[in-house]
Amino acid sequence: MLYAILCYHDEDVVMSWSKAEDDAVLAKRHRVQQELVDKGRMGPAIRLVPTSAATTIRGAAGDEPVVFDGPFAETKEQLLGFYVVDCDSLEEVIDFAKRMKQGESVTFEIRPMRIFKEGTLSGKEVLAP
Amino acid sequence: MTDLAWIETTLVGARPQAMGALLRYFRDLDRAEEAFQEACLRAMKNWPLKGPPRDPAAWLIFVGRNAALDHVRRDSRNTELPPEDRISNLDDVEADMAERLDDAHYRDDILRLMFVCCHPDLPATQQVALALRIVSGLTVREIASAFLVGEKAMEQRITRAKRRVAEANVPFAAPDAAERAERLGAVAAMLYLVFNEGYSATSGDSVVRASLCDEAIRLARLLLRLFPAEPEIMGLLALMILQHARSAARADADGNPVLLEDQDRTLWNRHLIDEGLVLVEKALRHRQPGPYQLQAAIAALHARAATPEETDWIEIDLLYQMLERLQPSPVITLNRSVAVSKTRGPEAALELIAPLAERLSGYFYFHGVRGALLSELGRAAEAREAFDRAIALARTPAEAAHIRQHLDRLSADSRAS
Repeated sequence: MLYAILCYHDEDVVMSWSKAEDDAVLAKRHRVQQELVDKGRMGPAIRLVPTSAATTIRGAAGDEPVVFDGPFAETKEQLLGFYVVDCDSLEEVIDFAKRMKQGESVTFEIRPMRIFKEGTLSGKEVLAP
Repeated sequence: MTDLAWIETTLVGARPQAMGALLRYFRDLDRAEEAFQEACLRAMKNWPLKGPPRDPAAWLIFVGRNAALDHVRRDSRNTELPPEDRISNLDDVEADMAERLDDAHYRDDILRLMFVCCHPDLPATQQVALALRIVSGLTVREIASAFLVGEKAMEQRITRAKRRVAEANVPFAAPDAAERAERLGAVAAMLYLVFNEGYSATSGDSVVRASLCDEAIRLARLLLRLFPAEPEIMGLLALMILQHARSAARADADGNPVLLEDQDRTLWNRHLIDEGLVLVEKALRHRQPGPYQLQAAIAALHARAATPEETDWIEIDLLYQMLERLQPSPVITLNRSVAVSKTRGPEAALELIAPLAERLSGYFYFHGVRGALLSELGRAAEAREAFDRAIALARTPAEAAHIRQHLDRLSADSRAS
């Protein structure tokens, strides 16, 4: 079974970490990850750029999607999945997300990535039933 | 992380929100600070035993307010009966203690806390010192060392600044839209002052100074989270981030400044550049250009160029022209002349800055730029004269050393020819 582990933390606190503190946290986690890396069972690891760089696309199913600044803030919806894409500009991602959203009421939150480690997983795929 | 280190970063992170709320309750900077201090002391005692509260800022506000009110009650009993308005105020306070902090307050509290440091009568350095003390919670000693002044002098400076703020009577009611926009503008300018204080590094402890840049960026990120759709705040944050991304390349091993075109671009911080570029893009989508956005867009064009030769000087020239229209200033024209010299040659650039000679006669960079343009044209004698003027106006040994390099190059060239 593949699992996603999502990180939640208080951004004010994390942004107050010194570089040394931040490095220490990453190094500590890295030691744990190494076990799975060695076994070829560590998938992509991602760190997102702070929410101030976020853009959100939402709107009802039939409507033209609307672009908002900032992260997705509602609590009534749940995180159901995510995509990782490589685009040349924010404009390009927004356009891509708008086209995916066509005819759906889904909300997409676009977050640039600060760290992307590919990991050692390969050829694993969980197929839809 | 140890308990104590964890608690310290939590307190730093929660400070603007907690101080902002306490300032709203007490309407007095000193009292808000005392309340916050008291709450921090209790946090240090309590949190290691009971574990971290779910919402540290709310905890600090609640505890700080109670502790301070205890003092008020005790003081009052020893002196005289509290005036009626104070009593009813207490009731208000008690009533909303039960409430959770709501976001609208939170936003305006932090904005107000930053805004009180921006009083127009306060000189720039006092605004910065006050913000570092009140908003960031740096100690007077840390601030003093950043400004290279004695602790006592800094203490007096901050006390004077606080008195000004108290006399200014900042309104405590929730601001309307126009007021809010005005406050945001003033706060943006103040944060940029904090950043520049660290970035220009004309004096003082360099480690403390570098941390001023980080602090300004942290506060700008916070501000943008509170006002996520403000393109100028996006521009401000992008501008600071893009400038800060170059910090490792800005000085050589001896601490001398390295010009943009001579910098080792592999030392630039890619993480920060990526974040800055996204912010510029986000801001420009709003099609409401402002000075910070334009400056950030210029910084973004430099950041995008892997080598100096790849720099899009034509676009930079255009952005400077827009900036000149929004904010006419001889310094902006001077900056534009660098782009002009790249696109239309040094002659055109010299022509552009000629009318500035009188207004910028006391400005180090004017003579530095002029000298560089003249030497490019092979007018060595005039170039030397301009560089000599620049050296006389240099504020730091590093600035002077930089101009001396130009002079050495001129001498070497004349020997070679």
